[in-house]
Amino acid sequence: MSRRPGFVLEVDKSTPPTLFWSGEAFSLETLPEGSRVVYAPEPMKAIEDPYRAIRHALLHPEGDRDPLPALLRPGMKLTICFDDVSLPLPPMEAPDIRQMVIETVLDMAAEAGVDDVQLVAALALHRRMAEEELRHALGDRVYDAFAPHGLLTQHDAEDPDNLLFIGETDQGEEVEINKRAATSDLLVYVNINLVAMDGGHKSVATGLASYRSLRHHHNPQTMRHSKSFMDQPASELHSANWRMGRLIAESGVKIFQIETTLNNDTFPSNFGFLQKREWEWSLRDRASYAATSKALSKVPPRMARQIFHSIRSPHALTSVQAGEVEAVHALTTANVWAQQGVDVEGQTDILTMGLPYICPYNVNSIMNPILVACLGLGYFFNMYRGKPLVREGGVVIMKHPTRPEFHPGHHPSYIDFYEQVLTQTIDPVQMHKEFEESFATDPWYVHLYRTGHAYHGVHPFYMWYWCAHAMAHLGRVIVVGGDPKAVRRLGFSPASSLNDALEIASDVVGPSPTLTHMHNPPIFMSDVH
Amino acid sequence: MSTLLFERSLPRFAAARVVSSFGSGRGAGVGPLRLIERDAPPVPAADWVHVDPILSGICGSDLATLDGRSSRYFEDIVSFPFVPGHEVVGTLTEDARGAEGGVLPAGSRVVLQPVLGCAARGIEPMCPACQAGNVGNCGSIAFGHIRPGLQTGFCADTGGGWSTSGLVAHSSQLYTVPDALSDADAVTVEPVACAVHAVLGAPITDGDVVAIIGAGTVGLLVTAALSHLAAAGNCATPAVVLVGARYAHQQRLAGELGATEALPSDQLGRAVRRHSRSLSFGGASGVTATLSGGADVVFDCVGSPESIAQSLAMVRPRGTVALVGMPGKVTVDLAPLWHREVRLAGAYAYGTERTPGTDDGVSTFSLALDVAAALQTGRLVSATYPLARFEDAVAHAGAAGRRGAVKIAFDVRKGPIR
Repeated sequence: MSRRPGFVLEVDKSTPPTLFWSGEAFSLETLPEGSRVVYAPEPMKAIEDPYRAIRHALLHPEGDRDPLPALLRPGMKLTICFDDVSLPLPPMEAPDIRQMVIETVLDMAAEAGVDDVQLVAALALHRRMAEEELRHALGDRVYDAFAPHGLLTQHDAEDPDNLLFIGETDQGEEVEINKRAATSDLLVYVNINLVAMDGGHKSVATGLASYRSLRHHHNPQTMRHSKSFMDQPASELHSANWRMGRLIAESGVKIFQIETTLNNDTFPSNFGFLQKREWEWSLRDRASYAATSKALSKVPPRMARQIFHSIRSPHALTSVQAGEVEAVHALTTANVWAQQGVDVEGQTDILTMGLPYICPYNVNSIMNPILVACLGLGYFFNMYRGKPLVREGGVVIMKHPTRPEFHPGHHPSYIDFYEQVLTQTIDPVQMHKEFEESFATDPWYVHLYRTGHAYHGVHPFYMWYWCAHAMAHLGRVIVVGGDPKAVRRLGFSPASSLNDALEIASDVVGPSPTLTHMHNPPIFMSDVH
Repeated sequence: MSTLLFERSLPRFAAARVVSSFGSGRGAGVGPLRLIERDAPPVPAADWVHVDPILSGICGSDLATLDGRSSRYFEDIVSFPFVPGHEVVGTLTEDARGAEGGVLPAGSRVVLQPVLGCAARGIEPMCPACQAGNVGNCGSIAFGHIRPGLQTGFCADTGGGWSTSGLVAHSSQLYTVPDALSDADAVTVEPVACAVHAVLGAPITDGDVVAIIGAGTVGLLVTAALSHLAAAGNCATPAVVLVGARYAHQQRLAGELGATEALPSDQLGRAVRRHSRSLSFGGASGVTATLSGGADVVFDCVGSPESIAQSLAMVRPRGTVALVGMPGKVTVDLAPLWHREVRLAGAYAYGTERTPGTDDGVSTFSLALDVAAALQTGRLVSATYPLARFEDAVAHAGAAGRRGAVKIAFDVRKGPIR
């Protein structure tokens, strides 16, 4: 049977209730008649032999690049950088695609007699990966060959000895990246393009950059002018990264970009109902839903979190392309859209979304309230091309428990951001002006980022800026089932049920609004006409 | 005339201690406090006058006494039975001299500076502390022509504010209340004076990080005093004043009264760390861990073992912890105090303050009257009770934070409300 494209369902009397995620739980909600539910396209067919496809891509590069073996020679300095733990979501079943690509690159390097090879996790300002996370991403063979010898490092955006100032773009943006990568004869970047935002020049210009460099595009002004940041041509975030990336290339840094796309086969078979359309649920799906819901309701949130974070996704490779950054990324973006694009006619007054337990910044961690806001208003809201799914002045209703819980090791500055910044202002511009620098340069956060597993001190600001476009666009944000105090702290309105939320929303959008629900995950991108 | 009398009764002390273990203030009904009918005490000497109380507050030290938790240190410097109530605004029943000279006509509204120092006790020559104007440090509080008692409200001869029959006060204790102050403002002047004294006694310098632990009456008034005195040029101006407050209404009030940030108590250490750009020895959790740097001055306005330990964890090396909340017998690890050369200083009562531009100093109460007027500290008076409902009043005071209140007072007025 051929793969079915994305689908917009119009709810009628016969439509069964719709699945809503809510953190480490989910529920079935009855949407008003006439509502629309947007479903992702079904998973694309996986490439049957990923290693062969990878090798083919490396031998047949895109754009102005020689095949990888032609770029490799004895005595050269080779650095392989790769995307970090934030991708893909959920973490994929072993072998991870990074492992497959890097093993292939290393085989070619070995064949060419390259001895000076180092691996660098492109963290940007994310937390350092734990050993088990690195092993999962790279495989034991690669890890054991490099890590014990100090040849597997994680980018340290606060290490002045290992940063290189490249220069300034014509817009005055300072570009400073990982020195080892910048001074290598060849920088191979291994990417996973889970969403359209990823990849391209953003891989190096962001993933290997310092705060000095990142601040030029990770700020409220840029994010408000990225409509959306999932659509590169319309994204100021990407324009800045492209300027920086071109400057890096002009400076002589030779990049061989390898980008991969995955299908949206997100959950293993025992959670298969989560990515099916409800009216197609089998008896087994219904039983799985009932049993899972009941079991989750009986266990404490911490245990539920452990259960969900142990999920490994059956994501499979759908494309791999290598070569010159921009040529590669054009193909990658098209492939992402082929998997995730859904045509949607017109905007809606109310956009509903059930937020799951995971986002890029809480893998093996806790989804704190700031990340809840970021997932809903940063990611889900921005999963569009053309115009937002929800009209200007409309309402977003998110479902999530929004507990004021934080992982103290991963998100120390988030705690202080929540208690000391959001109590003063929720305005991205004001907090950027009054608070950002003190967090970004705080010696304790720097220490924890460099030596522990903490996100950089400035990171919660970036998550908040991620919401800036949605905040400026929306009339109200309502959180169903969230901790009321935490929800209010975020500047949103709490509601105890979807019906209550619709009642609250009517103050903004009137008594007979249109409603569209994002049935996400699996991830999709709306092409709003 | 009704009076609440506190008697020495060991069984009642014990009963109060047991019951109050279930919550401060709950033991008033079984403790040594009784409502009786009694006239005002006679004036003990010349320069003493009768004062009819209007409002009289319930202080943390009163609660500790009623709960049977007060330190035994005080046993020899109080005399029984006594009428509690040292936070008093009242009216003079006759003409009197005031603490700052001049005659106050009968009917004047006054607040009481309750320390019973050498002047009140008729001791000549006065002790060195009283000669220096530091009446709070008086060495004669158990001597002279009245019985022992560190303050009005703890002395068997003076009466106290928790009475409709009145009390007696020495002229050195009387400060006239400007018309701008409401009765509620005025009843807070005594605790404001404690706060003023604490602030002016602390070695604050411009740009300091100051932390205030606790946002009950004492913590909020230290916040108020610090903001007002700094703005008036009477003390240095800290860069930030961080207040740890357990309850939302306390956080709101702390913000209104001048805190840079008011945040939950368990977040205060984190805020101090961030503002002092300190590291933390305790890893990423950073809440209870000792800071490598920290606040220049910490005002501990609670006085519990936990708050003292918290103070020592967040003060910088060679910084100062001022104990403003009345502590009792506590067990605290003093290793950080020793290792970091922290100064732990008490801050009690009032006297004469040396502020910029005043050669002879200025009385704490004068400054406190300014603070109370400027910041309308009467806003902290959450409820007043008649003496007949003293059990409810004390219970309310004991649970003030939890019940959304700050200061509870007895309404003992005979005249109209101002």
